[in-house]
Amino acid sequence: MGDPSRAEGSNNEGILDHAERRTLVALFDTLVPPGPVSDDGSPAVPGAGAAGGDRYVEALLGAFEFDPPRIWAGGPSSGRHGGEDGFSSFLELSGWEARAWRERITGWTEQYRTALAKLGVDFADLDPGERRARLSTLDPAFCELAFEHACESLYGDPVYGGNDDGRAWTAIDFRGDTAPAGWTDAEVTHPYGSNGPPW
Amino acid sequence: MTDCDAVIIGSGPGGATAAHTLTRAGWDVVVLEKGRNHLLELEAPYGPLGHMSNDEIKFTRRHVLGPDPMLEPRSFRRDESDGDRLYVGDVNNLPSTVGGGGVHADGKLPRFREDDFALLSTKGAIDGADVIDWPISYADLEPYYTEAERLIGVAGEETNPFAAWRSGPYPMPPGADMFGATLTAPAAERLGLHPYRAPTGANSIPYDGRPACVNCGFCGYYGCPVEAKGDPVALLRAALGSGRCRIIPEALAVGVTRSRNGRTATGVRYLDLSVGPGTGDPPEREIRSRYVVLAGGAFETPRLLLRDDLGNSSDQVGRNLMVHFQTLTAGAFPFRVFGASRGRSVTHVHDDHIVGDDAQDAAARAAGLPWIRGGLVEHGGAAGPIQEALIYGPGEHHPVAMVDSSLRERLWVFTMQGEDLARPDNRIDLDPNLRDAWGGPAGRMTWSPHRHELVASAHIGPILEEVLRNAGAEWAVTSTSPPIGPDAARHPMGLPPASRHIVGTARMGHRAEDSVVDAEGRLWDCPNVVICDSSVFCTSTGYGPTLTLVALAARTTRLLAGTPLSGAGPGSDRR
Repeated sequence: MGDPSRAEGSNNEGILDHAERRTLVALFDTLVPPGPVSDDGSPAVPGAGAAGGDRYVEALLGAFEFDPPRIWAGGPSSGRHGGEDGFSSFLELSGWEARAWRERITGWTEQYRTALAKLGVDFADLDPGERRARLSTLDPAFCELAFEHACESLYGDPVYGGNDDGRAWTAIDFRGDTAPAGWTDAEVTHPYGSNGPPW
Repeated sequence: MTDCDAVIIGSGPGGATAAHTLTRAGWDVVVLEKGRNHLLELEAPYGPLGHMSNDEIKFTRRHVLGPDPMLEPRSFRRDESDGDRLYVGDVNNLPSTVGGGGVHADGKLPRFREDDFALLSTKGAIDGADVIDWPISYADLEPYYTEAERLIGVAGEETNPFAAWRSGPYPMPPGADMFGATLTAPAAERLGLHPYRAPTGANSIPYDGRPACVNCGFCGYYGCPVEAKGDPVALLRAALGSGRCRIIPEALAVGVTRSRNGRTATGVRYLDLSVGPGTGDPPEREIRSRYVVLAGGAFETPRLLLRDDLGNSSDQVGRNLMVHFQTLTAGAFPFRVFGASRGRSVTHVHDDHIVGDDAQDAAARAAGLPWIRGGLVEHGGAAGPIQEALIYGPGEHHPVAMVDSSLRERLWVFTMQGEDLARPDNRIDLDPNLRDAWGGPAGRMTWSPHRHELVASAHIGPILEEVLRNAGAEWAVTSTSPPIGPDAARHPMGLPPASRHIVGTARMGHRAEDSVVDAEGRLWDCPNVVICDSSVFCTSTGYGPTLTLVALAARTTRLLAGTPLSGAGPGSDRR
């Protein structure tokens, strides 16, 4: 493992420009939108874009701006439930793994640039119906890719750039990583305590 | 001159067992693993590397355990009518990493039953399938099952009324029951079934210097961050600790070197993937040895044999591929059952559908089959939130569905590992055009189900739905993997079989004419090459293959080293 420091000679400006990132946020919020505020005041599910989806994609497309590349977070724990934070020290890739990931990311970068340009700089200003109409003009393969990345960004570990402060996990009542603390035997077998499930 | 006594190709459960057994017998071994090492330090004290974690992106979305399908593509087709291939990508991709499939498994480790080794004798032939008996019996293997359970560390209890006899207790008691299983196990009992706590290779108590499982909820498809799973780290660490074992990661075996007459192996050629790319092709290196142990699994072992034209005088290499035909019955409860977030993926199972009953026999007769057998039914949870999020598809409904979580935290899933009958045309071979990143021919899976699997699934699926509804599920629905029917192409689990239980592509037998290895695991064509993985299986049974392949690997290598266990050996209780 190594420190996620920028690789020498890296481009500090990022992969996508400001306008592209604004469009990307709107795109992700359209694909995986925010949820309604519940009656009991529980935190609402954030939209995938607003929760940092653009940072997730930027981190992925710019993974090789860092050494080691920010593809695989380290371990064995995040420090949120005991232990130290090992997640933020990303794992080294082998030369062959790096080749595969560079190729994959090159293709994705091209897909994002093409699609974001087609959506237009005004995409974020459109109403939901107009956004959906624009989306229908995109390559379905890109829409599938963007949806996958939106889901990963919103419900993956925040170390990858999305899911701001674990807000999406909180909203769906998911603790995320739990090791090394884990759950007690009682919490596994009797999560509702002595009362049993709420039939 | 040799470099070692044995080269072992593959470091998964079979290869790790071979390394452990042979080093204990005083042999020097080299283990070649084509994948990366994320498991343990290869120098004393062989501690954990700390790469394993509760990280859904790393383990389920970004191929950290390999293989990366861009480097090692595989192809799939159902039969020849699909042309050369129907699909390219992830086809039964067991991890390619130090530790192999043992790293990501959730460690359900059942034994087979006596009948499983004598399927033809006990159940009889079925048209269109190659049903056979194994050349060894359960009694032959029983001491090695006991050894395998002790080495890995299996937690379990002896309450299954259908279990085979055993010579000793489980090394550990079962771990904590998952909440969902506390609902479905009693429901199954109310409907006349016999659930029991699954034998599991995760520590319920500290064992062999490793801690108890912490119930983190990230078990199946994840490496264990606390080393509570014993397979294969316990075996590899012990082998390394002997001072007689060297593990070489990123070493892709490409051939077995042989004597002039081809009957004796002299070593293994491999590509050193720790070099390159950018400096040309990876260099080819060679390890010379007295014996060669093949343990790459039932996909990679036949691929190597076929590309190297080794062991195939019978034309059986790659044939009789069996997977588990999975019947997936899911039910949503009106409250959270925590199956996707707490515990060790599966804590209860039942195997009534392997044993069968009058209704199952009647279903077989109605379909014109002499018999049908299902498989072990795992009572388990669903996947993580990213996997759930992908199922719902984009749109306004998405956040509401995620909070409601009918497909994750409220979902409980029965997975039946249905027995798949051997058929010669179901096979692994070399794709005629597809190549890996290093120019080698990619492996191709050709597989379609026999009618037996379809009839068994159709009969048992409704029973499982009834159990879920009896347990309190609001609804229950059944599907299969691989998917069947007109909507198969849209199935979220994909067209190839999702089961990672793959066996039978270099079957063992009594005769060189119709098998690849003998009853001791030796290639008929080259007897100082042995196979220590699930490719030697003669039947798939309805049980996960791992404990049995570990027991077989222990038996094969103990026979090789002249250290067979008491009460067993070549010829004991052989049918």
